[in-house]
Amino acid sequence: MAITLQAYLVPEALIFGMDAETSEEVIRNLCGKLMYAGYVRGAFVEGVLARERVQPTGLPLEGKYNAAIPHTDVDQVIKPGIAMATLARPVLFRNMVNPEKEVPVQLVFLLALDQPKSQIEMLQQVSHVLQNPELVEQLMHARNLFQVRETLRKA
Amino acid sequence: MPQAKRILVACGTAIATSTVVAKAIEDALRERGIEVITRQCKASEVASMVEGMDLVVTTTPVPTNLGVPVIQTLAFLTGIGKEAVIEQIVKALNQK
Repeated sequence: MAITLQAYLVPEALIFGMDAETSEEVIRNLCGKLMYAGYVRGAFVEGVLARERVQPTGLPLEGKYNAAIPHTDVDQVIKPGIAMATLARPVLFRNMVNPEKEVPVQLVFLLALDQPKSQIEMLQQVSHVLQNPELVEQLMHARNLFQVRETLRKA
Repeated sequence: MPQAKRILVACGTAIATSTVVAKAIEDALRERGIEVITRQCKASEVASMVEGMDLVVTTTPVPTNLGVPVIQTLAFLTGIGKEAVIEQIVKALNQK
């Protein structure tokens, strides 16, 4: 059986209703959690920020909330994990397909991957969540790990 | 049996996004009875990887003067406009 998104989700790197002003603040916060939990090296955050500047990851979704999926090359990853944040108010990320445009984002999956080819099921699950406004809405209202896992299980 | 069409799938790092997109394209086209071969690359590698390809699908801006059709879309990640993009891909492949 494929290893699922629930299994990759790092409980210590799950933030509900984060109050942030900028995308950089969101990314620094989540990367810090992944670092302290032993998933990434200290330089990972700079990689993610650099990539976000050149190749942003904001995704306008169908429902009322939009998402971003910051990630970067594999070299600063110790073991694979996913950090997640819901944001108390929208924070601007730039649009992946059109970096001149901004997307107000409230759901962030930060991906620390080391073997992307073998983590395809998990990535597809992220994409399935994003394509389903009902699941996104449930994640936005989640307040504990159990609720998040229950929601992701449906994807 | 016609030769399978080749699609180059590009994203920022060729880590996460293009993996999802390539798989989604393969699945969607297979459902329509079209077998395709996909290859993934970074946006910055598109120009050097495009030879022999029939189509480029990208989630991030790439040069458009590549000599093959280029489709820029987030539909395979977000679901928005997915059917229309699949139509567009089928059409682009048929024109080759």
